[in-house]
Amino acid sequence: MDAIEKNMLKEVADLDSLPTGAYNIRANGVSAGRNSTANIDIITKEDKPGIDIRIKPGTKKESVHIPVVISATGLKESVYNDFYIGEDCDVVIVAGCGIHNCGGQDSRHDGIHTFYVGKNAKVRYIEKHYGEGDGEGKRLMNPQTVVHLEEGAQMIMETAQISGIDDTLRQTTADLAAGASLDIRESIMTTGTQNSVSEFCADLNGENCSCNIVSRTVARDNSTQHYTSRLNGNNICAGHTECDSIIMNQAQVLATPELKASSTEASLIHEAAIGKIAGEQLIKLMTLGLTEEEAEEQIISGFLK
Amino acid sequence: MLELKDVCYAVEDKEIVKNVNLVIEDHFVVITGPNGSGKSTLAKLIAGIIEPTSGTILLDGEDITGLNITERAKKGISYAFQQPVRFKGLTVRDLMGLAAGKDASFSELCDILSEVGLCAKEYINRGLDGSLSGGELKRIEIAMILARNSKLSIFDEPEAGIDLWSFSKLIRVFEKMVSKSDGNILIISHQERILDIADKIIYLKDGEVERYAKKDEILPDILNSAVNGTCRVLVDKLD
Repeated sequence: MDAIEKNMLKEVADLDSLPTGAYNIRANGVSAGRNSTANIDIITKEDKPGIDIRIKPGTKKESVHIPVVISATGLKESVYNDFYIGEDCDVVIVAGCGIHNCGGQDSRHDGIHTFYVGKNAKVRYIEKHYGEGDGEGKRLMNPQTVVHLEEGAQMIMETAQISGIDDTLRQTTADLAAGASLDIRESIMTTGTQNSVSEFCADLNGENCSCNIVSRTVARDNSTQHYTSRLNGNNICAGHTECDSIIMNQAQVLATPELKASSTEASLIHEAAIGKIAGEQLIKLMTLGLTEEEAEEQIISGFLK
Repeated sequence: MLELKDVCYAVEDKEIVKNVNLVIEDHFVVITGPNGSGKSTLAKLIAGIIEPTSGTILLDGEDITGLNITERAKKGISYAFQQPVRFKGLTVRDLMGLAAGKDASFSELCDILSEVGLCAKEYINRGLDGSLSGGELKRIEIAMILARNSKLSIFDEPEAGIDLWSFSKLIRVFEKMVSKSDGNILIISHQERILDIADKIIYLKDGEVERYAKKDEILPDILNSAVNGTCRVLVDKLD
């Protein structure tokens, strides 16, 4: 890997060197390194691009890193990664994609990640999307995440796209069995003329399952964002979806939370708030000695943290 | 030393602060007066949050009238809000670090937070958001000023919005601050116990300085005027 690719690896997966545990690094459409462990097997798919990650039941305190970097202009790919997480596991999965595009052609990565999370397993899934490069070609990403949670399974998903992606359609769907829980934290910042569309849809099917989706976004310059979140409460369950956006300059934000209850025992809540940075927040930080610009950056970085 | 010369502030022809002339050089000065007398406006004028319509503000002889909030903060002016500001995502550690002007260590922050009755272990990673009560936010607001160790610390009604238990602790915080701090402390307050620890008291009325004198000379009159208020019914009820 060259310096550009190593830098992107640092941005999307916080890696300075090869990670410990299982990993698969994909660079410009080919594998740049892979390691399976006794409990975590990574296998290349034969019918389409992508990998299967199989984690043995009972695997605890282990991690899987599967970052993707693209530095070749004009590369377009769709990659299918399926995660089979056995019962009673407790694992961390770090994904993410970085695109460096200095050329005139668009580069695009569409990652389709499907999670089959076994009974009572716990998964923390972290993904970051990042773009850089000053070419005229766009940096495009369309991540799809499909989550199937069996009884008592828990998943925390932290997803962030802070800079450099020109256009993105982020789709996440989930179905939850009895006692399962899904907690999603999304952070997005768009600048320039970037466009971001986030769509969430969760089916709360099992008794006492719960889902909490919190999206915090900052829209700057002339960028546009659209957030849609649909919770379907089909049983005794608890669902909460929240979209909180800071809007600046000439940006546009559209928030569309949706709730559908098919059971009298479903407890569903949605919240959406869009507004500029509060003047009193800026003043407070300025009284501590920050300039207005420094105060603004501090508020935004805290908001997206 | 802070000096105000002929400071005026008006909004749409309504004069809020009128020709205020003050020299504040004592260690601990309290501004008091009826609601709407211009106390908070005066504090905001000093901190640079609003600009005077006319007049001059000097800090240690330097004209700071044209300086903005940031520049005045860097000159050594701190300002504690009457209603502390909430932030989504920023933690007590973030704000205290900014206030201290450096990446303050845990033990330094622990020292300061304990001054306002908060345990650093419990609070340092908490967000300054709706999860904290008004009293907790108020104490953190005061801790931020302590962390700055400023030349001039301004507190706008620190007693507002806190319970009695917290209030008695707050008095002790200010007593300690008076004994330990080298800078000037300027507090807007209606509370007798805060007035009682002042070196000097400024009494504002209708935007003007009606009296400015040593505590012993002015406090008895202020307390009497409160009792001899115009509303007899209210005074009787209070009795």
